[in-house]
Amino acid sequence: MTGSPTLASLFWTQLRIELRLFFRSPLQAFFSLIFPLLMLLVFATLFGNGRMGLLGVTAAQFYAPALAVYGAVSTAYWNLAISVVTARELGVLKRIRGTPLPPSVYMAARLAASTWIAFLAIAIMIGAGVVMYGVTVYAHTLAAAAVTFVVGVGCFAALGLVIASISPNAKTTPALTSATLLPLSFISEVFIPPSASAPAWLGQFADLFPLKHFARAFSGAFNPSLHGSGFAWSDAGGTYAIGPHVAVMAAWGTVAVVVAVRRFSWEPRPEKSR
Amino acid sequence: MSAVVVENLVKRYGENTAVAGVSLRIAEGEVFALLGPNGAGKTSLVEILEGHRRRTSGTVAVLGHDPEHGGRPFRERIGIVLQDGGLEEDLSVAEAVAYHASLYPRSRPTPEVIALVGLEEKARARVGTLSGGQMRRLELALGIVSDPDLIFLDEPTTGFDPAARRQAWELVRALRTFGKTIVLTTHYMDEAQHLADRIAVIARGRIVAEGTPTTLGDRHRAGAMVRFHLAAGVSPEGLPPPFAAAPTGWVEAPCGNPTAALHGLTAWATARGIELDGLSVVPPSLEDVYLRLVGEDATP
Repeated sequence: MTGSPTLASLFWTQLRIELRLFFRSPLQAFFSLIFPLLMLLVFATLFGNGRMGLLGVTAAQFYAPALAVYGAVSTAYWNLAISVVTARELGVLKRIRGTPLPPSVYMAARLAASTWIAFLAIAIMIGAGVVMYGVTVYAHTLAAAAVTFVVGVGCFAALGLVIASISPNAKTTPALTSATLLPLSFISEVFIPPSASAPAWLGQFADLFPLKHFARAFSGAFNPSLHGSGFAWSDAGGTYAIGPHVAVMAAWGTVAVVVAVRRFSWEPRPEKSR
Repeated sequence: MSAVVVENLVKRYGENTAVAGVSLRIAEGEVFALLGPNGAGKTSLVEILEGHRRRTSGTVAVLGHDPEHGGRPFRERIGIVLQDGGLEEDLSVAEAVAYHASLYPRSRPTPEVIALVGLEEKARARVGTLSGGQMRRLELALGIVSDPDLIFLDEPTTGFDPAARRQAWELVRALRTFGKTIVLTTHYMDEAQHLADRIAVIARGRIVAEGTPTTLGDRHRAGAMVRFHLAAGVSPEGLPPPFAAAPTGWVEAPCGNPTAALHGLTAWATARGIELDGLSVVPPSLEDVYLRLVGEDATP
């Protein structure tokens, strides 16, 4: 080889390494790809093919996209945070800092790997829903679903890096991610469909966080009672509108990127004198 | 031409001063050992040279770059063998080496590097299954796969068994035949003595002595320990200074001028017809010099 490797080839090298490592770590692959699928089986069995609450769709038609969002978020947020903190604690990040691999390329490759795995999680979930429970996919909303996916995964990956930045060690990280993701999943139309009996303040509280917006915008693409392509700002009159949801996720994501860039550390804290 | 030039380097962590004004020069092709006890500041110093840490003040040039701002052109020319891991356990040995090779402009072939560190049989094994010594050899492989001009070896044989240690030393000697500059930190005196062209002893953030393994701390001029045994019944009366009798019969004294001291001693003994059993003259070992230099900081 002559001359320095191009940034593109460095990115590609790192992306392949990250994906290889992911699939060699059975626990990570299980929680991102298989666990949400098991939840779909449980929910679809529990609720049968009856109509779900306010939505008027079958259990699988609600849960397949909702749990697909859960799978994507657990990959982008949960896995990314834990694997970055673990890599930092093992000294992997420090070793990388000593090589010519630019930190920005390393981070870009990690984000790309997370995005790809999140995409797999969603594809597996929707695919299983279609094959096993007759979930319907609508061609005219696919573009909006794709945009929602990209912004949502970006937002949660950035939040995952914030957790990685503030988490003192690998033991604390799963607690931080679980304590934030799990309660929100119950009030954000991920584990439980919207219901008329839920107090309004709870819905308003969940509206503050990005998870409900991700779930709503993505699930809307699978809701036959909504109309339109999804590229709209107002959901008045049963229109499928991802605009407000994408805006909230983009805002969270932007703040998260700023915080993560400021606080991120490549070495285990605290910097010791030796 | 100097590979490393450091002037008045200071590194503070809050109130704590880790490096308290160090100046040194390392020539190209030289094997330079930084010897010091734990906490002496050698890791801080080396990590500043590697670009891992920012200095508080002073100037540093490594291969002509300021390590803080050297970026890719700088990092492509250095190889770092870390003290404590940082390896992805789920990659195989060959994958880890090939991965590191792919980050650099000119790299040695992966099989050659694996053979160089003696890990051929483990090439397909996962990193997580390696023993401590094999792990360190893999790290050595990662440090040299990029064919660097300057190699940092941070305590390269800590945790090695004696055979692996010899092997690692052989490898370092092989590296120097390629004309590589090597900066080595260690707290093993014998390691510094075997491998280094020049040694700097660091204690409390300062370089307290610098020299070749033979001249370090004026070892070649430091005098010697003269020792002998007086048989039972022999009177020590008139024994010339600095010698003084001891109850065990063994007499021992450090002599700044061993030639004159021996002259006085042997004259005293021959005049009385006494044989000095076990008479020996021993120059200070590197270890003695080192322990004197680092004082109470020395760790056993």
